[in-house]
Amino acid sequence: MTISDERSTEVSGPVSGHPHNTRKLSWTQRPGLLSQNLLTAIVFGVIGYLIGHWFGNYLASGYSYIANSGQNSIANTLALAFGVVGWLGGIGALNYPFAKLFGVDGLEEESPVDNWSKYFRYSLDHKIVGLQYVVGVLLFMFTGGLLAMAIRTELLNPTTHIFSPDVYIKIVSEHGTIMMMMATSIIVGPLGNYFVPLMIGARRMAFPRIEALSFWIFTAGYMVIFSALPYGGFPTGWTGYAPLQTQAGPGMVSYLLGFAVIGLGMILAGFNQAVTIINYRAPGMTWSRVPVFVWSILATAALLTLATPVLFAGGLFGLLDKTVQTAFYVDEHGGSSYLWQNLFWFFGHPEVYIMALPGFGIAGELLPVFCRRPLFAYKVSAAGMIGVALLSFFVWQHHLFQSGINPDMRPLFMLTTELISIPTGFIYLVGMGTLYRAKIRFELPMLFVLALFFNFLIGGVTGVFLSDVPVNVTVHGGFFVLSHFHYTIMGGLLFAFMAGLYYWLPKMTGKMMNKKIGKVHFWLMFVFFNLTFFPMFIIGLLGQPRRVFTYATNLQGLNDFSSISAFILGFSFLVFFFNLVYSMWIKPEVAPANPWESLGLEWQTATPVPSYNFERIPVIMTEPYRYSEEGAPAFADFGPKDAPDSPTHTMA
Amino acid sequence: MTNKSTNSTGQVHHLRRMAVVWVIASIIGDILFSIFVAPHVPPGRLTETAAKDQTDFNILFEMALPVLFGVWIYLSYALYFWGDKRNSDVAFSGDAARSNMKTQVSWMVITSVTVLFLAGFGTWALVVDHGSGGGQGPNPAFTPSGSLKAETAALLGKATWSPGSKNILPVQVIGQQWKFTYRYPTFGGFESSQLYLPADTTIAFNVTSLDVIHSFWAYQLGVKADANPQVNDVAFTTTKDPGSFIVRCSELCGIWHGAMYNNGAVLSQSAFENWATTTEAANAANTALLPAFAWTYVPDANGAAGGYYPDGTLTPYSPSEVYGSKQPS
Repeated sequence: MTISDERSTEVSGPVSGHPHNTRKLSWTQRPGLLSQNLLTAIVFGVIGYLIGHWFGNYLASGYSYIANSGQNSIANTLALAFGVVGWLGGIGALNYPFAKLFGVDGLEEESPVDNWSKYFRYSLDHKIVGLQYVVGVLLFMFTGGLLAMAIRTELLNPTTHIFSPDVYIKIVSEHGTIMMMMATSIIVGPLGNYFVPLMIGARRMAFPRIEALSFWIFTAGYMVIFSALPYGGFPTGWTGYAPLQTQAGPGMVSYLLGFAVIGLGMILAGFNQAVTIINYRAPGMTWSRVPVFVWSILATAALLTLATPVLFAGGLFGLLDKTVQTAFYVDEHGGSSYLWQNLFWFFGHPEVYIMALPGFGIAGELLPVFCRRPLFAYKVSAAGMIGVALLSFFVWQHHLFQSGINPDMRPLFMLTTELISIPTGFIYLVGMGTLYRAKIRFELPMLFVLALFFNFLIGGVTGVFLSDVPVNVTVHGGFFVLSHFHYTIMGGLLFAFMAGLYYWLPKMTGKMMNKKIGKVHFWLMFVFFNLTFFPMFIIGLLGQPRRVFTYATNLQGLNDFSSISAFILGFSFLVFFFNLVYSMWIKPEVAPANPWESLGLEWQTATPVPSYNFERIPVIMTEPYRYSEEGAPAFADFGPKDAPDSPTHTMA
Repeated sequence: MTNKSTNSTGQVHHLRRMAVVWVIASIIGDILFSIFVAPHVPPGRLTETAAKDQTDFNILFEMALPVLFGVWIYLSYALYFWGDKRNSDVAFSGDAARSNMKTQVSWMVITSVTVLFLAGFGTWALVVDHGSGGGQGPNPAFTPSGSLKAETAALLGKATWSPGSKNILPVQVIGQQWKFTYRYPTFGGFESSQLYLPADTTIAFNVTSLDVIHSFWAYQLGVKADANPQVNDVAFTTTKDPGSFIVRCSELCGIWHGAMYNNGAVLSQSAFENWATTTEAANAANTALLPAFAWTYVPDANGAAGGYYPDGTLTPYSPSEVYGSKQPS
């Protein structure tokens, strides 16, 4: 059977959740609380944790952080690792591999009962996983955001302190780590999983089990990283530089293992996306007809797959140093603290493009819809994303200009870093070209896209300052760089995520987000984002290093201005959450089938999307984005309704 | 075909209007920046390095401003004239709207030329300014003449410096949780918690750490170099007139990272020599107890990184048992 045969016929695979199944329900399929779900995952996770902790202490009880405390790195590592395995077993991620291992056939993982409980289970439907991711990343973001509020509260005054320096540095570290790990998945997870199959005319992801696994690993990784706080936190920031890492207490284990766990989920998610996009495109969807959002996810997937293993390995080396006393990062014993810096940033720089690219993709996807004209320079935009992805592997030492590593390589890394602004500039060419003589509709998603272009410009231009080694001497390690990456990640990615949510939630939920509250949210977020972070450029130039609990008293005015703006920025997220609850549950407004009059494939199928996505696999007829063009053919041909091969008819 | 001709005339019209506003705004913006802001841009002009870093920043900013203005003006124009309420035309569509070779190629050429210029300029500035005050590791790539000689002499205890000698002055910066100390190999290797430098002198900072990574950031000097354990990270600067500066740690080094700073000063050459010789004499007894001057120091069980305590017994390591009376009490 060829792939295209499979595409057009296979609808009763593991994803379909078909009603014909008349066999007796196995225990994994029972509805509600009776089967494997979030609760069993928690119970198994806790049991795994306790077993791991006991086992670790059994192995290595003599090496406690504090005498007789029962806390040692081996126990902590094994506890968290066993906890993750328990969590995955509890949710049911291991049923299929074990069934295969023991030769059990015909295991049905999907419950035939179709109610709310499916959202709390191990689901192989990419749309359910997408929605699970929405809740997951919002929870992640909310936690990180609260920590940000704590940071800005401490920085209100240089001499009066809310937190001890110890607590403060742990808050900073946890904020950075949580936000960075959240941002890797914030678009690829929710919107990528939900919409990539729909946008390429597929009925599922290539590997539905790996898709579900990546989500449940992501949630486990979140809890592992968060467990650092009850363990007493870690003092290294999200960068975890090595001698400090080696010196740190039990919380460091959570950081290192958390990176390894989330890294594993990122690798799996990336490779699943890449395989899906390459192999599951509908007939007729040639590479020049792939929506730009899908291009951006493909470029991101390449980075996820190729860069994250380095983080994974780096985290494991750190764990070995902490548990079995290897010396990868210990200078005194023949290791090198530069090794961690190199490994970390070799991942860390592609990582920032893992965050930026999906944002560009959303911008490119939404612009033609709200400009009512085709995307300008489609091929340039795809080339830009691929160019950024490729170059991002060759710039990592620009984080280490003053570190003393390879001083003679600095001109090269300055060059590659500045070269990357060429493909990034392509995105601006595409954006500005698409606005040219358009008929712009100022709907909520469009406002967020426009804000992205405004914010990312400032983030990008300040990036050029940072890449210039002489200027880097002043701006490295200070609030300038901090502001720079908040402008790119928050100002770019998070605004794109909001654009994507306002745009696609009507498809995902069948309900429109309230426009008035949405506008309040947008304006608060846009204005106070800029008022929070723009002063930080000046604060940084005036000499305030990052991650400090105290600062020069003459900078208090600017810091207070930034803090107060940050509180209102935080409030704007509450407005968003209120809008979400209000529009989804309090006063839902039914969304029209295609509220934005998009030509995209995802809007051409029914809402709510049936589990098999399309009655028939569409055949793509032409380029995407042929808006306002008289006589343009429809993007896709869906064939006649009730055709013999539609899934409502049983196939032989 | 008719569609195409209106497109091209329309294009000229819109873009020309934007270009006029853009040129005027950029010129005014750059002039205002140069007059009112540029002279005050950090890190100031206390040293040659700082002054050059400031110039580099200003040049970048003067190039960045037209880029920012260009995008802002385009966006404002588009949002104002091409909103669906105001724009009565049908949105520009079809093949002509989908791509335009001339625009695409000129965009790529302009951005590439700008970027290559910036990289070339940055490299030039880095080389002529001997690493621009950034840490260059143990084997600096871009050095002022005589630095190798001065550094070698320092290690052998033969370095000399006196007012008017024009010699490079090596100064060692030792980071540890959570303070910087400074050793002056030219003056018998005494250690001080104050950083004083002579005016009109090229300084070779040799930055190292005893524990975790710190970063020696002498803000007004335009110097930043990471302090790595067991690495000698060298950075150069040339002081000009006397003045004071602040040193901060700019790499997260643990709990008290935020409080890791001290003040330093550039003194006149004679005042510096006076301070250095006085302090050398005053500290002689302590200097004798210090490890011999070296580029890096490995902490021993009694040192800053601490020893390992045997489990269960919380008795600290006893230095006098190990080293006898040679160790300071």
